Amino acid sequence: MTIRVNGEPHDEKPRPGQCLRTYLREQGLFGVKKGCDAGDCGACTVHVDGMPVHSCVYPAVRAAGRSVTTVEGLADAEGLHPAQQRFLAAQGFQCGFCTAGYVMTAAALDRDADLPRALKGNLCRCTGYRSIDNAMCGVGRAVGDGTVGTDLGAPAGPDIVTGAARYTFDVDVPGLLHMKVLRSPHPHARIVSIDATAALAIPGVVAVFTHEDAPTTLFSTARHEHPEEDPDDTRVLDDVVRFVGQRVAAVVAETEAAAEAGCRAVDVRYRVLPAVFDPEEAMRPGAPKVHAGTNVIGELHQRHGDADAALDAADVVYEGTFHTPRAQHAALETHGALAWLDDDGRLVMRSSTQTPFLTRRALCALFDLPLSQVRVVAGRVGGGFGGKQEMLVEDLVALAVLRLGRPVKLEYTRAEQFTAATVRHPFTVRVAVGASRDGTLTALKLRVVSNTGAYGNHGPSVLGHACHESLAVYHCPNVTVDGFAVYTNTVPSGAFRGYGLGQVIFAVESALDEVARLLGMDPVTLRERNIIRPGDALGPPDEVDDLTLGSYGLDQCLSAVRSAYARPVAAPDGWPVGRGMALSMIATGPPGGHFADARIALLPSGGYELSVGSAEFGNGSTTVHVQIAATALGVSPSLISVRQSDTDLVGHDTGAFASTGTVVAGRAVLLACEDLLARVESGEGPFVGHGHWAGSPRSVAFNAQYFCVAVSPDTGEIRILDSVHAADAGTVMNPAQCRGQVEGGVAQALGTAMFEEVRVDDHGRVTTAAFRQYHLPTYADVPRTEVVFADTDDPCGPMGAKSMSESPFNPVAPALANAVRDATGVRLTSLPLSRDRVWLALRAVTATVPAPGATAGAGRPD
Amino acid sequence: MDLNTVAEVRDAAALDRWRPGDAWLAGGTYLFSEPQPGVTRLLDLASFNWAPLTATDNGLEIAATCTVAELFGFEPPVRWPALQPLIQQCCHAFLASFKIWNVATVGGNLCNALPAGPMISLTAALDGVCTVLTVDGRTRLMPVTELVTGAGTIALAPGDLLRSVTLPGTALGGTTAFRQGSLNTHGRSAALLIGRRDPSGALVLTVTASTVRPVRLSFPTIPDAAMLRAAITATIPDDAYVDDVHGLPEWRRHLTLLFAEEIRRELA
Repeated sequence: MTIRVNGEPHDEKPRPGQCLRTYLREQGLFGVKKGCDAGDCGACTVHVDGMPVHSCVYPAVRAAGRSVTTVEGLADAEGLHPAQQRFLAAQGFQCGFCTAGYVMTAAALDRDADLPRALKGNLCRCTGYRSIDNAMCGVGRAVGDGTVGTDLGAPAGPDIVTGAARYTFDVDVPGLLHMKVLRSPHPHARIVSIDATAALAIPGVVAVFTHEDAPTTLFSTARHEHPEEDPDDTRVLDDVVRFVGQRVAAVVAETEAAAEAGCRAVDVRYRVLPAVFDPEEAMRPGAPKVHAGTNVIGELHQRHGDADAALDAADVVYEGTFHTPRAQHAALETHGALAWLDDDGRLVMRSSTQTPFLTRRALCALFDLPLSQVRVVAGRVGGGFGGKQEMLVEDLVALAVLRLGRPVKLEYTRAEQFTAATVRHPFTVRVAVGASRDGTLTALKLRVVSNTGAYGNHGPSVLGHACHESLAVYHCPNVTVDGFAVYTNTVPSGAFRGYGLGQVIFAVESALDEVARLLGMDPVTLRERNIIRPGDALGPPDEVDDLTLGSYGLDQCLSAVRSAYARPVAAPDGWPVGRGMALSMIATGPPGGHFADARIALLPSGGYELSVGSAEFGNGSTTVHVQIAATALGVSPSLISVRQSDTDLVGHDTGAFASTGTVVAGRAVLLACEDLLARVESGEGPFVGHGHWAGSPRSVAFNAQYFCVAVSPDTGEIRILDSVHAADAGTVMNPAQCRGQVEGGVAQALGTAMFEEVRVDDHGRVTTAAFRQYHLPTYADVPRTEVVFADTDDPCGPMGAKSMSESPFNPVAPALANAVRDATGVRLTSLPLSRDRVWLALRAVTATVPAPGATAGAGRPD
Repeated sequence: MDLNTVAEVRDAAALDRWRPGDAWLAGGTYLFSEPQPGVTRLLDLASFNWAPLTATDNGLEIAATCTVAELFGFEPPVRWPALQPLIQQCCHAFLASFKIWNVATVGGNLCNALPAGPMISLTAALDGVCTVLTVDGRTRLMPVTELVTGAGTIALAPGDLLRSVTLPGTALGGTTAFRQGSLNTHGRSAALLIGRRDPSGALVLTVTASTVRPVRLSFPTIPDAAMLRAAITATIPDDAYVDDVHGLPEWRRHLTLLFAEEIRRELA
């Protein structure tokens, strides 16, 4: 019996255990996405006989004789479906990976639907839901002429709402082989033997790769412009496994089913080794060694003045220990790559990556290939958040393709994202702050321990970044910081939005809130007394010689927060109300250079083709690049087409990380346009402009978050009554899009502040390996945040711009904890502030603290 | 996700003999949501074409294959005025969205036996009795409260099939009160309590989600607050509250006592 898909009969019979999602994708309907493959995220939503279902948990055999509509079939001869029109008009997406699912869900809902309930089966990790809400409610937006400063829509918008945008796996590669990875059940073990005989006997299994097949070269999965930033401690396949979930063997087969069966048939014998899970234990003498040598893979010691003496002499001192847990990036598109050899025998790697050029470099180093023999491309990337500044799959896929000469795909499952990718570094921060009676900070002393997991990727760099801008934003004559990045036998940590800053800022901004209370001073005034000001130097010159206060909007950010304190709110009866704030600073790029090439060609058609190396994963850099080019060239944005994230296009690009899409790649675009204009003016062809930017000097961007909350004494629920985020992004290139970045950052940070925690049990196993166990914020969880932009103009970035992608995340958790403190009198020092933990903390102090509300008046700004 | 070990889908109605590796396929929303490496054959219950909902003088029979959406849309006879609101409250307690409701079944939720299964809450609160077709061809009746034996475990033998759950008319004539708590808005239940005040004046309080299996407390009349609290603490030991990522046990215990008292007041 046939299955009708978008009106067309499909006669191919589904496999017995196949879900409708993979059936449809095998039929070429790539708009049907895999986000979770478990019915939780809704990215695969289709209609069966008009009824919306999650196709990943719908048995494909049940579709026989029925009519299926996917996002590709929603539009008709009249044009886009109203749901598609609304998502396009509201720009209700960023990476767009979840959008088809939203459009299909919206198309099935009445206009008066109860959205918080109706959308609980649709997850978006990028937007923070405000733009999705606009799309659901039919709120459009005005679009200017597309020059810098106007709200140009994303060029990919029409493709995203129709399912035509091509993400990593949305390609049909003939003869594709499938890879599945057998993973370690032990947190630490030596592999004694691997017998693949039974696996190789399974029909369809082509090869089994083990450590005996892998290069002995050590590398780091972290991708940085300067590889020496990360310890080389990783092999493609190792004979020692150091965390539960580490690769043991890779099975390549004609089908995923055969590859899975092959994994089950590989016989591995292990000699289990002692393991250590806690970083403090790992630092003690005699602790099991995760690698040869010390477990402390990164150290940082800063001494300015004498913090101990200053603490002794301070009028007030606050000390506390703060903890942030592991978190998962939860990009809706999982990690993965597919690769093949092109007609010239060159390795072509199509990957879900933020760093095509650095991944090419790493592959060449690993497999001893010249750069000319490897091409790395990224399609549209379904979310990154730092998780894809990492080479987690490409090395293994390359090994297989180079050995077999056939195309190979490895696509992570959602469970593998949790158990075998990377997480946000868990931090423990002990902080002591001293101040004089007038509110002047006199001492800051921190002991910072980060758990880098079994591998050191990003460990030392995250530690360094964590302790820099978090402290450098304040004047303080006496500072001591001792930081340690420590190996344990747990899932590796890696780059995550904010790159360590959020963890230390949670501690510092919480502690400053307490200092303000000790002084009877409002928290905004305390900040104003101590923040850096225009003309100030930023930290010790030997460490940050190219970092400047290119522009300064922190005062404006604090003013916006101060005004927010006065806004009236309505709270449920009997719930104490509190207000809190925090601020953050971030450098507009990494130290040591961040490079981008851009090229723009005037086409015979009169259009322009802009080529950049930087990847688009919802950060909106493509839109900004078009706006920069349109503005510089004085032409309509519609004349500019963009090619991107392909190592064949330009010389080099460090990558879309460290908040550089606008300020580095954008600057290269501007230079390319200026070059082209000069060539056109001279009249000498070819009319191609080139731009190169090295990411230096750098400036700083600022953020400040304000919350007003009510806390239920009965259930521990924190209800956010008011949320204001002030951001100094320099000249805002695209206000609607930048606002979306801020809203998305606030929402993601609220997730880690209120719900999210990747849990690891006593045996080192991740126990939260699905969205049912790891709650991402849904539409119902995220409040509206009012976004206020400071009015500044920066000389470092293109046309006055500064970064605004990672940084909105950073002040959110402490602002929330400070508001809860204000409401309840309870200082919560560990994230997440989940309802059960909040309630427990409230109960623990009920007997000793004045009635809630008694302290709420203290510490408020005038 | 694809269940790649499944080699065959067979109509359950045409089944000769159940064998190890078989799995009953109702909606499939759980089965297809996790790897099932031991499953080699799916037995499709749709082939039975059971009527989803049958209301008689004796009560309401809900087929195991009745979808959550069908139940949600059910319009009960006027003699059961509290039934529809309670059904809808319980459906809203699903973590899963309305799109899953279109496919997921009442029987699937019962047999999955998660503490937070809201169809367990609903049917346990309304004296639901399961009809089970056993693997050796008999028909067996058992209360919902005995079907669920623990977190994810049920009292059925391999090959036994849940046919339906019947809510007796005697349990449908009263008024009800519903409370649910979760770590997040519209999230998975950490505690779900249903109170039922029968025309006789009796109160039946059913605790679910905070305990691994449904706990029922019956009172001939509305108890006072102290009696209610004492009954709960006597019936549910402190260490019997669920401890998982959906809420700490102490908090669940607190919510249970809090909600019970709210329900007592509402129904008094």
